[in-house]
Amino acid sequence: MTSMSSSVDYQALEFEYRPSPDQLAAAPAEHPVIVVGAGPVGLALAIDLAQRGVPVLLLDNDHKLSTGSRAICFAKRTLEIFDRLGCCEPMVDKGVSWKLGRVYFGDEEVYRFDLLPEPGHERPAFINLQQYYVEGYLAERAMALPNLEIRWKNNVTGIAQDAGGVTLNVDTPDGPYTLRAGHVAACDGSRSPLRAMMGLESKGRSFRDRFLIADVRIAGVELPCERRFWFDPPFHPGQSVLLHKQADDVWRIDFQLGWDADPDEEKKPENIAPRVRAVLDSIGAGGRAVDIVWASVYTFACLRMERFRHGRVLFAGDAAHGVSPFGARGANSGVQDADNLGWKLALVSCGVAPEALLDSYAHERETAADENILNSTRATDFITPKSEISKLFRDAVLDLSRTLPFARKLVNSGRLSVPATLRDSALNSADADAFAGTMVPGAVAADAPLMRRGEKTWLLRELGADFTLLVFRAGGDSPSPDAWADACPAGIDLSVRCIAPDELADVEGLAAQRYDARTGATYLVRPDQHVAARWRRAPSVADVRAAIERACAIA
Amino acid sequence: MLITDAHLESPDDFYEALIDTHRDLSAADSHALNARLVLLLANHIGSLDVLRQALALARSAGRPD
Repeated sequence: MTSMSSSVDYQALEFEYRPSPDQLAAAPAEHPVIVVGAGPVGLALAIDLAQRGVPVLLLDNDHKLSTGSRAICFAKRTLEIFDRLGCCEPMVDKGVSWKLGRVYFGDEEVYRFDLLPEPGHERPAFINLQQYYVEGYLAERAMALPNLEIRWKNNVTGIAQDAGGVTLNVDTPDGPYTLRAGHVAACDGSRSPLRAMMGLESKGRSFRDRFLIADVRIAGVELPCERRFWFDPPFHPGQSVLLHKQADDVWRIDFQLGWDADPDEEKKPENIAPRVRAVLDSIGAGGRAVDIVWASVYTFACLRMERFRHGRVLFAGDAAHGVSPFGARGANSGVQDADNLGWKLALVSCGVAPEALLDSYAHERETAADENILNSTRATDFITPKSEISKLFRDAVLDLSRTLPFARKLVNSGRLSVPATLRDSALNSADADAFAGTMVPGAVAADAPLMRRGEKTWLLRELGADFTLLVFRAGGDSPSPDAWADACPAGIDLSVRCIAPDELADVEGLAAQRYDARTGATYLVRPDQHVAARWRRAPSVADVRAAIERACAIA
Repeated sequence: MLITDAHLESPDDFYEALIDTHRDLSAADSHALNARLVLLLANHIGSLDVLRQALALARSAGRPD
């Protein structure tokens, strides 16, 4: 398929509603998996399932992509997942990378930091890119997969489940019809109609504060590509302001407004313009024409559903959990939900793994949601102190950060989204041997540069679609792949990759360093690229089989 | 382990210096100074475990429970 050019106006793109033969069927059509919601999470999950050979039906109540830029920071782990889904390249090409962050307190820059990612990873720490581009590239990829069908303007109005499956009532421009599914993934956003229809809630802490997002295009000025965060600036006293860049020379400005602000008044262009001009004046870009591309006033809450699995219905993304925007953990964690759920749903759907594997999705991602909520709540409490004493300490930290590096570690304008390490997962095999470093069972496998026959490649790129056995070897022959044939339960593939001079050469030594690996060290990596088990010396076939069975909840 | 036995090398001198540090400050400025002082001393201690013990003991007004 040819890629749409980057000049496509993804915001204006409308997808066509097409009637399906299912709508005329005498009995409800049966589908193994139905995904509800074609946002970044639903699209990612549908692509993953389709790539794994599961026929997927994706329903969306609308026929357009995201309105407005919304999520704009896509973190390294999310990009690695998009790589696996075959659509990362255009995102990285289109997205904006920044390295320099500046923090201001009052009228003074208190410090700047260089967000230089550790070298030796294919993908950057993150990119800034409007959500509609991400959805656009995902939708293109989804539409290229033969076993993935998207039905636009298909609005789910009812859901019921029994021992054999899930029944969905769906409304369309041609009237209602009924579908049956083996499993349903609810990726239908923070207001999740499916959640409400099932009488479930997402609970947590609301913050009494309002924020204004303004996306602006500034004529005739080349601003350096930096992120600037102001605490209590003279041009917006008592509140915070964030400025950073997106694709197409659009700048995102985020103004804290306080709880008493009137959202309808604040959204008016004539009220936004002076706020934007004040920011630009302060950075020496005053007097320029400013085009307000999109604006929104929002509030937020940190909350989650008690359980992400309800029988045959799995909740993912904003439907399952919500965070404050500080730290970019909303869309990023949602895509990681999809990454976790895809392979499990595929194995359960085709009968290879038991339903219990889906409990591990819920457990692993509930734990990750707690971690994300904790991080985003901490950032929120720093940015918008909730009491006099909280503000006193916040200001003390900022005061000291001018001159004392230790205090800069306490400044929290959002911690960069990093994937959760699933330490307590029942899918992990406990270490029998001692290892140093961070590649514990449950961690996302770290990337590293490798060479194959003189060609540069990357460790994550080399991992198989299902399970991978990563064998570190200084020399000698690799075991034949047949040697591992008995390590796999029926229906599961095991790829064997040797980090060895004559196969995947670790020329910079970073793979060995990151995995604390000497010759013989062997890692078992899950289909979602998390470490499942590891051994100092070559494991037996029985060891590997036991670890794969554990990772698939096969008793 | 948080040291709660007498550990200051010169208690009276320290106390005088502490009070002197606040001389002529408004209540608000004194509070801000104290906040900075807490942060500086916390960084010097470093250990989260020790800091938690100190926070708990301070919260209970010095009465361990």
